Amino acid sequence: MFSETIELRGHIIDSLILPKVLDEILRAGGNFKIREIKIGERRADQSYARIEVSGPTHETLDELVLRLRQHGAEITEKVDVQLAPAPADGVFPADFYVTTNQQTFITLDGKEIEVHPAIMDSGIAVDREAGRATAVKFYEVQKGMKIVAGHQGIRVAPIQRSTARTDVFEFMSNVSVEQPKSAMIREMAREFKRTRDGKGKILVVAGPAVVHTGAAEHLEGLIQCGYVDLLFAGNALAVHDIENALFGTSLGVNLGRADIADQGHENHMRAINAIREAGGIARAVETGLLQRGIMCSCVRHGVEFVLAGSIRDDGPLPDVITDAIEAQKAMREKISGVSIALMMGTMLHSMAVENLLPASVKTVCVDINADVVNRLTDRGTFQTVGLVTDIEAFLRELTDCLSNLDGATTSERRQK
Amino acid sequence: MRELLLCPPDHYGIEYEINPWMSRARGAEAALAQKQWKDLHATLSKLDCKIELITPQPKLPDMVFTANAGLAVGKKFIPSNFRHKERADEAPHFARWMEEHGYQVAWLPNDYYFEGEGDALFAGDALFCGYKFRSDIKSHRAVAEMLGCLVISVELVDPRFYHLDTCFCPLPDGAAVWFPAAFDEYGQRAIREHVKKLVDVVPEEAMHFSCNAIVLERDIVLPEGAPKLVTRLRDRGYRCHELPMTEFLKAGGACKCLTMFMPQRDSAME
Repeated sequence: MFSETIELRGHIIDSLILPKVLDEILRAGGNFKIREIKIGERRADQSYARIEVSGPTHETLDELVLRLRQHGAEITEKVDVQLAPAPADGVFPADFYVTTNQQTFITLDGKEIEVHPAIMDSGIAVDREAGRATAVKFYEVQKGMKIVAGHQGIRVAPIQRSTARTDVFEFMSNVSVEQPKSAMIREMAREFKRTRDGKGKILVVAGPAVVHTGAAEHLEGLIQCGYVDLLFAGNALAVHDIENALFGTSLGVNLGRADIADQGHENHMRAINAIREAGGIARAVETGLLQRGIMCSCVRHGVEFVLAGSIRDDGPLPDVITDAIEAQKAMREKISGVSIALMMGTMLHSMAVENLLPASVKTVCVDINADVVNRLTDRGTFQTVGLVTDIEAFLRELTDCLSNLDGATTSERRQK
Repeated sequence: MRELLLCPPDHYGIEYEINPWMSRARGAEAALAQKQWKDLHATLSKLDCKIELITPQPKLPDMVFTANAGLAVGKKFIPSNFRHKERADEAPHFARWMEEHGYQVAWLPNDYYFEGEGDALFAGDALFCGYKFRSDIKSHRAVAEMLGCLVISVELVDPRFYHLDTCFCPLPDGAAVWFPAAFDEYGQRAIREHVKKLVDVVPEEAMHFSCNAIVLERDIVLPEGAPKLVTRLRDRGYRCHELPMTEFLKAGGACKCLTMFMPQRDSAME
């Protein structure tokens, strides 16, 4: 939302100019916040109101403010942000502004510009000539870069909970094992379908528990039906998925029979070795070595994935990015356009991804551990739904709901 | 006794088009205009008022509409800042004349449009001011500060009724004659809240500028063509004097536009 602050003075109450201006703002699809109001006490006393007017686009707002000026509205002059040069590569100036994950605007040369992307724990670099404001991480800071300092000239437009019940993300953000899970999953399924059929992108962040619990086939189903646009995971998810695809085990456990396979503990190492030998996951799919599983489905359906490494990784697989900064960059590059993030069975990876996402992204956190779900959902956004449940049971129900919504289309797709 | 300022129509004519009534192709007949103005002068002369005349100036045809000279309250005179350049040169003539007649002239800032009594009429304890086509609302705030009174700003929405005095006429008994459709919904509500009795004018009579009337206690001088309004005013105890105003209607003016009260009120707070 773009905004301007206007002031009204005069006999704005008796003349009904104040209600007229507020009505006009709403009629034009805008919004207002009365920042200050002083009502005259005696009949001859004039009143005063300072109102923040916001509109969905610059153009709508300009047209609206032009009309309001006819009713005496005066635009208050905006104060520009203060800029300071970065003293060295990788170092912000003292008192640099630290971003949140909310939509943020800065005023530069009297005009408001939006900061992109809406990412938390960053600084704001300003390119005055291009009229651009960019959220930057430490490693992106170059000496001399103009960085926003202090809090002047900055406006944050937090996402507001609407008063009407609109979707599951707005009315079910509390976490409890005693939730009506089926109803929530049905609502989520509708949101997934809306997103898949519309413009948004669906991101899945998944830990190896997806494979251990036997839920891989459901995630594969989601991928095949077009419900996954992007997958973020670590080495382990891919390793155990491939182990399952090649040997039918996950960490040596036969997933079909739930017993321990003979010499099964070696299977994940042999799986890694096979993929290393093939030259990567995509290559292994091409050669026919890898014929099923989550990673295979991603390759076959063009779903992009970023695998980020960690210290305890075995291997890792050749596709894993082991440099943490490089992995973060790769994830940041791909998250543009994501509107739903489904995070399952991984606390740290989910937190890392949440730090990269704007607050406007609707997030579903699923874990068997209530503490994990609580930590993930308590991120200052109204758009997170947490479910304390087994991942296999959740994904099974979600895919069932989506199949029902899609009807015959889904089963046809699966057969293909 | 009320004092009125009039300007003989020696240089009157339709020489430009600044409102929907004006058409240079449909000029005013000079002789007939003279006659209609003289009839107005003669009618007013017989009533309880004193008439002052300002010397008309060449090339200022609309100077005849003295209601737009400015607004006089007590001994203070706020000259108009005309929106259209065609009328802007009238202002210094009126200001000088008022100053010579003992008024303290208080100008508004140059960029505030204000067209005098044409857009500013007292009713009850408030000064009603019209805005949009001619005066702007910023000027209302300044006028309220200068006079220290409550100003009710009302938006005019029909370009044919471009000044407040073309669609609103306060009466001394606390009522007012008005043509509601000339105002937006908020203006209508504001007027209804502050004026205890309103006499609606029907559209066909409003088109004859029936609201553009001079009220001198129980006498009302108005353009002819409003039989329904006249009946209602007579029922309220007023004597109505109907005059032909055809030649001035061609410029978007009638009886009230041709006069300015000196002052409209002795004090802004009544």
